[in-house]
Amino acid sequence: MLSIETFVAISLIKTVIALFVLLTAVAYTVWLERKVVGHMQNRWGPTRVGPFGLLQPLADGVKFMFKEDLIPPHVYKPLYIAAPMLAVVFALTSIAVIPVGNSISIGGIQTSLQITDVNIGLLIILGVTSLGVYGVALAGWSSNSKYSLLGGLRASAQMVSYEIALGLSLVGVLILSGSFSLREIVDAQSGTYLGFIPRWNIFPQFIAFFIYLMAAYAETNRIPFDLPEAETELVAGYHTEYSAMKFAMFFMAEYANMITVACVASLLFLGGWHGPLFGPPLLQALLPLFWFGLRIFGFLFVYIWIRGTLPRFRYDQLMAFGWKFLLPLAIANLVVTAFVVAIRS
Amino acid sequence: MLHLILFLAFGVVCVAGAVNLLVQRHPINSALSLVVVMGSLAAEYLLLGAEFVAAVQVIVYAGAVMVLFVFVIMLLNAGEEERTKGSRVAMIFGIPGMLVGSLLITWVLLEHSGTQSVAVGALPGPPKTLGWLLFHDYLLPFEVTSVLVLIAIIGAVVLAAPPESARRKD
Repeated sequence: MLSIETFVAISLIKTVIALFVLLTAVAYTVWLERKVVGHMQNRWGPTRVGPFGLLQPLADGVKFMFKEDLIPPHVYKPLYIAAPMLAVVFALTSIAVIPVGNSISIGGIQTSLQITDVNIGLLIILGVTSLGVYGVALAGWSSNSKYSLLGGLRASAQMVSYEIALGLSLVGVLILSGSFSLREIVDAQSGTYLGFIPRWNIFPQFIAFFIYLMAAYAETNRIPFDLPEAETELVAGYHTEYSAMKFAMFFMAEYANMITVACVASLLFLGGWHGPLFGPPLLQALLPLFWFGLRIFGFLFVYIWIRGTLPRFRYDQLMAFGWKFLLPLAIANLVVTAFVVAIRS
Repeated sequence: MLHLILFLAFGVVCVAGAVNLLVQRHPINSALSLVVVMGSLAAEYLLLGAEFVAAVQVIVYAGAVMVLFVFVIMLLNAGEEERTKGSRVAMIFGIPGMLVGSLLITWVLLEHSGTQSVAVGALPGPPKTLGWLLFHDYLLPFEVTSVLVLIAIIGAVVLAAPPESARRKD
């Protein structure tokens, strides 16, 4: 048992490191997106600031901070100011329960590579992401502009609808692993089928995986589900009236949510940090982190790839797809999984 | 000790949110106060060791039900409510009546509930125990409740569907 001082110190250090890594990842996901979409559209993307435009995120950050923070006179001020903060706080909170590897010991203190291991980890992530909609909805309402309001309305309807399919798609995985703890879910995926196929949940739960991915794209308001900020019809949707750092906060929240989705998908369906370990002890300690990072990178790349490929849904198509296709499919998958598990045990 | 402090703190936040809900004149502020009430109730459940109930409270009430409330307020663009003078009878009898009623309930609960207080974690809290209780010991009440919910859903669909005459025009 740790003394309370060491516990607080370790938690603080882990939180600072996790937040630093997450925010850096958010900044460089923006860079990656601009670069990859640029190449897909036969452009170069950012090239001027630093080699390959690598310092572009820093330049953007500085620009956002020094821009004039304009508050339009017609907004409802308390909520207008609170909305971007809510969005970014809820987006960053989920990182607290995401494990990135097994435990390590430094100087005789054993600690897990996770800010806190709770036995309802997955539910906490679902809860926090479901609260994230308030940032978008309140931004849309408090801006007191028709485009923002339409964006906010679309966002709240879309997120409530797709949350159901998202939650149901995860229940299959929960039945297979019998736990809400993200660490236990990952541990349940160690080993192999038939000696060479890893025991990842994506193989028995491939339908759930695709439902999760599609519902999660809708939850994060990404193309082809980016109707809340559809720039061809709503200017910029819910963040039309925002400028400078407040606008940047919505951006950060969106990319942090993308990373959370990538983390949850890797942990639940792709075996988390499992992967071949080799080499000296130090390399063996770092490889799980690398494998986990590689999976997240893969998911982010698919996000960007889809953005560069697909057009936007029409709103009625979006609703029909969520309620009439994803939801029944998720329920069917759940029933079949439950039957198979019940017969086996 | 820390537990007790946190419990009291969230309790105060909860009551303050509930009072704010009544005092605020704009519907959206009231709705957000209700979100605060739901959130602090979830924290209270968590402190009592009912982690599953706490998470579900946040996901269902704060994350879904209240989002729909906010959605409707946004959709109707409901303005500030106007204060009526209020009936004097309500002021004279209502507030003391409420105070007496809540004190009475507290007293009854404290005196006649059998157990004076329960240690944290003594009641079923983990998802597994809860699932066993719901789907084994209390299966019949659970299923009856689910039928009730189903009836409510069907009723909502029937009420929301366009009337027969409107449909024939298509």
